[in-house]
Amino acid sequence: MTPSADRDSTLKRLLGPVGPEVTCDECFDHLDVYVEVELAGGDPDAAVPGLHAHLDGCPACREDYESLRAYVSR
Amino acid sequence: MLSSRAQAQTGSTPRAPGRPDDESREWLRRLRAEGPEREQALAELHDLLLRAARFEVSRRRAAAPHLRGGDYDDLAHHSADDALVAILAKLDRFRGDSRFTTWAYKFALLEAAVKVRRRAWQGREVPLDAERWPLFAHRGSTPAEEAEQDELLTAVGEAIRRRLTPHQREILVAITLDDVPIDVLAERLNTTRGALYKTLHDARRKLRSALAEQGLEGTIP
Repeated sequence: MTPSADRDSTLKRLLGPVGPEVTCDECFDHLDVYVEVELAGGDPDAAVPGLHAHLDGCPACREDYESLRAYVSR
Repeated sequence: MLSSRAQAQTGSTPRAPGRPDDESREWLRRLRAEGPEREQALAELHDLLLRAARFEVSRRRAAAPHLRGGDYDDLAHHSADDALVAILAKLDRFRGDSRFTTWAYKFALLEAAVKVRRRAWQGREVPLDAERWPLFAHRGSTPAEEAEQDELLTAVGEAIRRRLTPHQREILVAITLDDVPIDVLAERLNTTRGALYKTLHDARRKLRSALAEQGLEGTIP
């Protein structure tokens, strides 16, 4: 990663997402719906507002999302 | 809850919110039955959860290379056991907005992911140093680059130092700069993932507010 990209990545991690986001508990509650809507070709961000922003800000929930998506779509 | 717009976009098998599909309803009926039928349903569900947990543990083997093959299978079994307990405790919260199996898988995947993260950090010191952040301000940049482009970085550093509490600084640095998994941090600090994320969220809002006051919000990547 270049110094500039590294700097931008660091700033994004520090400052987090913009706008409303769900909590970790809410993220877990709705993750199954979010993934199913996404895999069905729908609009998961409309289905569960604020979850996408949370995935941008929470590395652990992002991993949980990627795992569920990978497992359901295998 | 699914919005009506999203419901209309979910593809060939739309499901009304709160109305499980036939397969999901059958899972619920069998798990709420008594006797051998329930026992059989529990065994089948545990088998599904174990497969999901093994999938997750396998995905995360690189995070804990010191673990042996048997350790991974133990983690998968414990994850499936814990997931089954959690599912049965929350069965009434399944509303049918997704397939029952998708809803159930997330419990097994979460349990497995948390267990692997914690095992990977077992015996490792979690860095918690609220004063360590200034090191980051100079990482990977030459003096010339800093002069040109790091007004924002400097402002962030100042906001971290002046606006955040020591606890907020510790949590922010550990999670975002030192990549300490939030589950591991929660276990070490005897708190919850949700509580730590709230601290992180509040810290980030303070930083963004400080940058906005200086007219720097538009320069955030």
